[in-house]
Amino acid sequence: MDLILEMLKFVAGSAVDVLPIVIFLFAFQIFVIGGRLPNLGQIVVGFIFVIVGLGLFLEGLEHTLFPLGRLMAQQLTDPEFLREARLSAAGALLWRDYYWVYLFAAAIGFSTTLAEPALMAVSIKAHSVSGGAVGIWGLRVAVAIGVGVGVSLGCYRIISGLPLQYFIAAGYLVVIVQTMVAPKMIVPLAYDSGGVTTSTVTVPLITALGLGLAEAVPGRSPLLDGFGLVAFASLFPIISVLAYGQLAVLRQHVDKSVTEKADLTEEEDHAL
Amino acid sequence: MKSSLIALSRDALFSLRDLLPIVLVIGLFQVFVIKQPVSGFVSLALGALLVIIGLAFFIFGLRLALFPIGEGLAHALAQKGSAFWLFVFAFVLGFGTTIAEPALLAVAAEASEVAVDAGAIPATDAARSNYALGLRLVVAFSVGVALLIGVFRILANWSLPVMIIGGYILVVLATTIAPAEIVGVAYDSGGVTTSTVTVPLVTALGVGLASSLRGRNAMTDGFGLIAFASLTPILFVLIYGTVLEWI
Repeated sequence: MDLILEMLKFVAGSAVDVLPIVIFLFAFQIFVIGGRLPNLGQIVVGFIFVIVGLGLFLEGLEHTLFPLGRLMAQQLTDPEFLREARLSAAGALLWRDYYWVYLFAAAIGFSTTLAEPALMAVSIKAHSVSGGAVGIWGLRVAVAIGVGVGVSLGCYRIISGLPLQYFIAAGYLVVIVQTMVAPKMIVPLAYDSGGVTTSTVTVPLITALGLGLAEAVPGRSPLLDGFGLVAFASLFPIISVLAYGQLAVLRQHVDKSVTEKADLTEEEDHAL
Repeated sequence: MKSSLIALSRDALFSLRDLLPIVLVIGLFQVFVIKQPVSGFVSLALGALLVIIGLAFFIFGLRLALFPIGEGLAHALAQKGSAFWLFVFAFVLGFGTTIAEPALLAVAAEASEVAVDAGAIPATDAARSNYALGLRLVVAFSVGVALLIGVFRILANWSLPVMIIGGYILVVLATTIAPAEIVGVAYDSGGVTTSTVTVPLVTALGVGLASSLRGRNAMTDGFGLIAFASLTPILFVLIYGTVLEWI
């Protein structure tokens, strides 16, 4: 009974979030475009599915991933746990003593990105717009690798205390170089995937990790150093998706040279 | 009816596959690294079921409603030929979906604590909520401006990489003059603005617009709106922090 009440609460919550957008879209349709929407019934049913789905999704996360993830972030950054798992001999903890944190950051960044609904939406669209050239699964894995690497490196930054803007500036230098050499069609999609990755599922968990880490590391303030992980998680997918595009082109070249060779031998055969 | 049931159950199977990596990561870390018993197994299993059903419903509704309405409006506005209403639509969509964004509420509240700690504002509730509201308005305004610029870029056919990289150069410059306590908040606010409902709508808007204009390619011209929406909040929040300090 409690569960059903809570489900209703979450669905009502997502309705409050989504309804203003729906009202705005319908108002624009009626007053600016004029006329009724074609297939109005389908769109209303679709919005009900979106609202109910988002509500249940968030409630489920609130019962499973969020408490577990937060608890694990706390346990892994607990000074006692860190002292037990340390690699260095004695004295203060070194940056490499936090290896479980890096591994957890990478794994949780990767896996939560694969479950991010906004990224699924963009992948579905990119797949259909590109005529199948961009794979739904391929794009999502590329983005997830970027987030995993980004969050892990962001944790290293909190532990080492290096300034955020150094990493960000260096990352964008890489993006500039890649933009010049990557295939043109992947560039806008890659830039978009930076912003898409960090929404409902990923942000609460990596924020908890950042705050826990900033509390555990001596000399860090949770308020000053806990922020910034989301920035890492938005920057690195740009790099990994550009790399995904470059890889696809590379593979095409290899395929082409193989078939060209085959054509050549065939021609030689004919010549003979 | 039957075909939608098949589509829905296929979405449910896919969402099961999408959530498997999380289950594996958490399970392996619990068993091999943390080694502490997890309580409330029934609640966990029920929650996981809700996540799977919820995700499947969302994706199903996305194809049914969010994509068609976003693209339909973009087509209709392009046919109407009025750039003015297109800009109004883009701005209101960005501003309206961001001002109520729950993730932004959380970041704004935490940022006001940072500002109190740094001595930028007095430690009263009124000052805190004022600061948080100001931050939310700045971010929402910047997302509205971002979509407006992005739509303008599609119409004018300007180069996306030049604009985005130029924008980030401005961000780096603004970082050097902004007060230290705002930098982390500013960089994070770029990431939290693009929510689960906004992203499909904005993507459909860009793709729909690019495919209904002659001489544009939906792939190279339709994407890029979200990139603007993650860039401008960083810049605007940095400027906001700097201006507040000067006053």
